[in-house]
Amino acid sequence: MMDDRAPVVIGAGPAGCRAAVTLAAAGLAPIVLDEAPASGGQIYRRAPAGFTRPYRALYGFDAARARRLHTAFDGIQGSIDYRPDTLVWDLRRGALHCLSGGRSREVAYRDVILAPGARDRIIPFPGWTLPGIYTLGGAQIALKYQGCAIGSRIVFMGTGPLLYLVAYQYAKAGGGVAAVLDTTPFAAKRRAVPGLLSGGSTFAKGLWYVAALRARGIPVANGIRPVAAEGKDAAVAAFLYRDAAGTQRRLACDALAFGFGLSSETQLADLAEVPFAFDAVQQQFLPERDLAGRTPVRGVYLAGDGGGIAGADAAELAGERAALALLEDRGHEVGKPRLAALERALRQRAGFRAALEAAFPFPAELAAGMPDETILCRCEGVTAGEFRRAARALDADEINRAKAFSRCGMGRCQGRVCGPAAAVVLAAALDLPPERMGRLRGQPPIKPIPMAVAGTHE
Amino acid sequence: MSEHVAADVAIVGGGTAGCSTALHLRWRGATVVLLERGQCGGQASGVNYGGVRQQGRDLAELPLARRSREMWGRLAAIVGSDCEFVASGHVKLARCAADMAELEAYREAVRPYGLELELLGRNDLRTRYPYLGEAALGGSLCAEDGAANPRLVAPGFARAARAAGADIREHAPVTTIEHDGTRFRLRTAGGVEVSAATLVNVAGAWGHEIAARFGENVPEDVTAPNMCVSEPVPYFMVPNFGVCGGGFYVRQIARGNVIFGGGRGIAERERRRAYPVAATSLDASRQTIALVPRLRHAQIIRTWTGIEGVMPDDIPVIGPSRTTPGLVHAFGFSGHGFQLGPAMGAVLSELILDGATPTPIAAFDIGRFASWKR
Repeated sequence: MMDDRAPVVIGAGPAGCRAAVTLAAAGLAPIVLDEAPASGGQIYRRAPAGFTRPYRALYGFDAARARRLHTAFDGIQGSIDYRPDTLVWDLRRGALHCLSGGRSREVAYRDVILAPGARDRIIPFPGWTLPGIYTLGGAQIALKYQGCAIGSRIVFMGTGPLLYLVAYQYAKAGGGVAAVLDTTPFAAKRRAVPGLLSGGSTFAKGLWYVAALRARGIPVANGIRPVAAEGKDAAVAAFLYRDAAGTQRRLACDALAFGFGLSSETQLADLAEVPFAFDAVQQQFLPERDLAGRTPVRGVYLAGDGGGIAGADAAELAGERAALALLEDRGHEVGKPRLAALERALRQRAGFRAALEAAFPFPAELAAGMPDETILCRCEGVTAGEFRRAARALDADEINRAKAFSRCGMGRCQGRVCGPAAAVVLAAALDLPPERMGRLRGQPPIKPIPMAVAGTHE
Repeated sequence: MSEHVAADVAIVGGGTAGCSTALHLRWRGATVVLLERGQCGGQASGVNYGGVRQQGRDLAELPLARRSREMWGRLAAIVGSDCEFVASGHVKLARCAADMAELEAYREAVRPYGLELELLGRNDLRTRYPYLGEAALGGSLCAEDGAANPRLVAPGFARAARAAGADIREHAPVTTIEHDGTRFRLRTAGGVEVSAATLVNVAGAWGHEIAARFGENVPEDVTAPNMCVSEPVPYFMVPNFGVCGGGFYVRQIARGNVIFGGGRGIAERERRRAYPVAATSLDASRQTIALVPRLRHAQIIRTWTGIEGVMPDDIPVIGPSRTTPGLVHAFGFSGHGFQLGPAMGAVLSELILDGATPTPIAAFDIGRFASWKR
């Protein structure tokens, strides 16, 4: 029977795990492909084998959620085909290619739930490529996964909920937090409070982190502007910024973690030929999908932050909803009250998300005004000035053409790191809105693969 | 409201051939409108491997290729940028005795065209290119061949042509083309009406569609060369390498990336989309490692392909229409048009303004398909 063909779930974070659990509960045996060595995703990342830190220490307020997700996913191990350490590097019309243990395998699929998650969104500033500078997510992984701090006098800079969470986690772990510097003016956050209240405990956690940081005597500043990171002996030694009053300040540090919210990982949806549309709230081109996670491409579903940033709780809801959509589409009986409850919860989460984006807006003006000497594309070493010259002098009126002329976004990361900021730099250079810049077209492999891989077919 | 434009020459297609033709016509004072459906260089001219190669071509193409090579050498003077052209040399490798015999015969055959090739035995190969693996037994070096950055060439010609006064219109798909007995009349989707005494069909893989409107049906197929690029690795490989029998090629650029390809992707001509094929990329990767073993530790960062028009005899259609005075064709470059692009402007502008060109092009006459029925 057609219905028995194993659905594929890509990603084993909150969305992917919940999707797999839902499919397994309906009697299907999904293939779950995940890049990480263990399930949980970035937020509920598990410590390596042999590490014995308790859930409370690893996940704080989220310990119970982490445990629930891990337990639920571990509980279906006998009935699913779970493949960790597996990178899906290409996907197209019913066949995907995954790399594991130096071997590339082709897996045929009829239905696939994409749950690839998100990555840090960065805005380069002069000196950002110095050793000792991490993204907020990278700093968090060092702490959560390996129990390592990125430095002993760390500046946390940028915007978004992760800024305060990671700074708090470091402070709690005893890591020296020099300061938390938020680029969002205080007034923007205050204005967003009514909408944020709909987020309930998420909002409360945010306030609690800020209070806890201040209680430890850690300076927290709003409305700052990054100027540059200074290096000494080939590592970061100080961070220069302007405070809200416009005064330039210099802060000695031996590490810096920064980020400006998250970007959805959309490469797989792109290869799956899902149409994209510009999302004004998240200031990013996102794959089209409905509230249930269905995309306009038959058999392709999206769940979690990969279809638009909504956070871990929403990702679990969306994972379950997408799995139920897949089951509905295969003719399974699906409980209508559950569908309604999930969609209600997802709608409410979307409202909170909009408020969160208002509280921590992507500071596009920082990218637009990036000094010419800033390295914009670190893979190819393209400065913002070179990129602007390519755009203006060579008539590059959209991002793919600007990439072709300047090499920005042509390197190892294929624009996943520099792309969001580059689009804003380009739009500002041409005095056009960012949605007119288009988006970098996805091409396989979505991440580098070794030339020496052996290929097989399943 | 529709816009009316009159010009001496209308060009359909913004690849290198079309943009170079626009530039050459402007140099001689003709007025030009170029209509490009997408962006100049957005199809085969811009997404190819970047080989600037004379060696290995059909002998009929050599006069054109020789003329183009001379232009590649002074590209900076022509379009204001060298488009990263380097005469790094092209080595065609032999992997068996029959290959070697083929290379020897080819060297003799191309002498009358002024193309100098140097045959390399196994020891020469090992001495000059010690990084080559055991698979290569010998080769033929064309020192004046090389490579360029395809992303820069057609847009470079387009900018130069525009600066010289050509009316270059991108995102201007042509919806109707007619000849009213004296002039060609074209209309774009955006409502622009163009009238011109001469029409140049340089529409690449879609050139047969325009030819067919004037009663010239030709069997133009498509192909999609499957290509890959590695992360940068220390620069060690200077020449551009190919193999006898074709189908596989590799080169490195000075910044370190290794570009290689072989086999076919998927071309969807109607949708104007092409897709690389994973298994083909992995096969090309294996072939590259067999030829250059030290690349086994490198990583692939991108694969891509593009749509190329292919004629059954693997040489293009170039020359005047047999049905319609004032119509000139140049399409179906069969996967090796990049090197010829610059010279096409010189040749087509001569055909249009002088009625003849000193470069022999008789072999490319569209009349060779006169008996073909679609």
